[in-house]
Amino acid sequence: MNEPTTVYIKPTTGFAALNLGDLWQYRELVLFMIWRDIMVRYKQTALGALWAIIQPVMNMLVFTFLFDRIAKVPIDGNIPYPLFSFAALLPWGLFSTALNTASRSLTSNHNMISKTYFPRLVLPMASVLSGLVDFAIAFVILIGMMIYFGVAPTAHIWWALPIFLLLTIITALGVGLWLSALNVQYRDIGYALPFLTQFWLFATPVAYSSKVVSGAWQFLYSLNPMAGVVNGFRWALLGIGTGPSLELWISIGISLAVLISGLIYFRNMERTFADTI
Amino acid sequence: MTIAIRVENISKKYKIGAAPGKFRYGMLRDQISALPRKLFRREEGQAGVNYIWALKDISFDLEEGRVLGIIGRNGAGKSTLLKVLSRVTEPTLGQVAVRGRVGSLLEVGTGFHPELTGRENIFLNGAILGMKRAEIAARFDEIVEFSEVGQFIDTPVKRYSSGMYLRLAFAVAAHLEPEILVVDEVLAVGDAEFQRKCLGKMNDVAAQGRTVLFVSHNMSAILRLTQEAIVIQKGQLVKRAPTPAAVDFYLASGQAQAGERIWQAEDVPAASAPFRPLSLRVRDPRGVVADSFRSTEALTLEMEYRLTAPITGLRVGIYLSTVRGEYIFTSFDVDQPDLYEKYSTRPAGHYLSRCQIPADLLNEGRFILGVNASAFGVKRYFMDENALALTIDSMGAPGMQWAEPRQGPLRPRLAWTIEMAE
Repeated sequence: MNEPTTVYIKPTTGFAALNLGDLWQYRELVLFMIWRDIMVRYKQTALGALWAIIQPVMNMLVFTFLFDRIAKVPIDGNIPYPLFSFAALLPWGLFSTALNTASRSLTSNHNMISKTYFPRLVLPMASVLSGLVDFAIAFVILIGMMIYFGVAPTAHIWWALPIFLLLTIITALGVGLWLSALNVQYRDIGYALPFLTQFWLFATPVAYSSKVVSGAWQFLYSLNPMAGVVNGFRWALLGIGTGPSLELWISIGISLAVLISGLIYFRNMERTFADTI
Repeated sequence: MTIAIRVENISKKYKIGAAPGKFRYGMLRDQISALPRKLFRREEGQAGVNYIWALKDISFDLEEGRVLGIIGRNGAGKSTLLKVLSRVTEPTLGQVAVRGRVGSLLEVGTGFHPELTGRENIFLNGAILGMKRAEIAARFDEIVEFSEVGQFIDTPVKRYSSGMYLRLAFAVAAHLEPEILVVDEVLAVGDAEFQRKCLGKMNDVAAQGRTVLFVSHNMSAILRLTQEAIVIQKGQLVKRAPTPAAVDFYLASGQAQAGERIWQAEDVPAASAPFRPLSLRVRDPRGVVADSFRSTEALTLEMEYRLTAPITGLRVGIYLSTVRGEYIFTSFDVDQPDLYEKYSTRPAGHYLSRCQIPADLLNEGRFILGVNASAFGVKRYFMDENALALTIDSMGAPGMQWAEPRQGPLRPRLAWTIEMAE
């Protein structure tokens, strides 16, 4: 047995309490929680992991019917609308699932929190990351659709997709940290979440093109990191739009700001999680 | 010797109403105006908020390889102390230095997911308790064997009986092999055979030179397993002594007073419903409630309780044991077949079960009365092994002409005859 290390348990204050070293110690737990989320997600469903495909495909069909056939929303480029919307629904689906599960991750695991010690950050992190599996499954459908419609991806895909994926995760984690910590004390968050998600969906050019947004609103748009992600996905995959610009940097800046403030707030509230949850 | 745990002036403050187990969530609306000011600061010093100190200025050292019992009534702060030691919650003041990994049997089965199989839960639970994957894999067979759920290991745990669930959960926690093991009331559940196994495991842990903190309401278990104990009262450490002395102190000072034990609603676990214990009393032959009696008097025991719904097969009974934890006898109110027939189903209502302990039975000393309300093989509704203490005085008892203590808990007046055979 190794020489045991001495742990000092005392009231914590300030930034030093972020304790990322502890998180590293518990890295295996993050993997286990991701694995648990994935194992449990489609247990006792008849269709199983097919749901990872059905959800975005159904969304795509509804959007195609509503926005393309009925509202005839103009889109740019020569891209068929189903592909146009599906390329955006993928990162959006990842984001909204990650945001929702992360925000509820503390309250739905309140047993673990009130009985055992582990870095609480593990829970929202695992929730966000476990969404990547669904994303990967649905991505296969996207590839199939691109082949079917004969659309070739741009050469940027190799570096751009990982970056935009990372931006999605950072944004979801940042907002998820805020909301999950708030949710411990204010269960109102649980009720506000579906509304927030829906509102955010409309504020993101998933069903329509960001071109339809007029100049004055363009700036406000760049404040929404998911708008940058969706545009980036379409640019890298379908060759629509101009690619990374100043707006992307604003998006990245905002995401990081949300993530860092979220970490600080989360850590500040973490002290009382076990007492208030 | 090396110090394994050094607790220095630990205090823990709770906002009233926000203590664990109570539900009170803030109203977002109330606080939204104060939000910007509060967000990056801890809540403190708000006007009009009352606080309670769940722990107040607790200090003690514990050497490596020792087993320390922690005694105190419900709400005294034992669980809060364990939560601080296992890092679930932060102390408000003070510091604890803990040498090595703390394993907690505070609540076994934490993080068990009902949809996952026994095998999957072993790995998950192990990871939550801080084990590495390789460690769990290395002990996997041992864990399964200890838990006795072998053939169901690939069945989702939601299909397990509560006993199997508990055994599996305990098995994982027991094989964590931390330097410091914190054991809570876990032993109060499970069947006798399993309890024996758990106690054996705890003994092993201590024998390997690891430190154990053991909390229990079961004085006999505390006496059996620990040499030294601390008594916590209202969040303060009031006594540290060799276990028998600490137990005596606790029994003399705690709730066991004046021959009557009254259960408040908050003392009774929710799982006891529909059985609700009200009080347990001991009366002398003149009907006076007291806590010390003569060995030559018959005692009347009264257990008062309420049923909020009918119970079939209910038996309400008492244990009598010595302060050392040895059982003297167990008796139930429907031991007589005719009463058992008559009360096969007890309707809801207010009850008094009464019995007499005959005169000239008990030896001098201190005795503990326990209460048990159960339906055999179905459910144990309520159990308190340390409900009431009473003192017996041997004045007038047989053999008092010799000023020597008599061995054993009983001092019956036996009808001796003496014959001279030739």
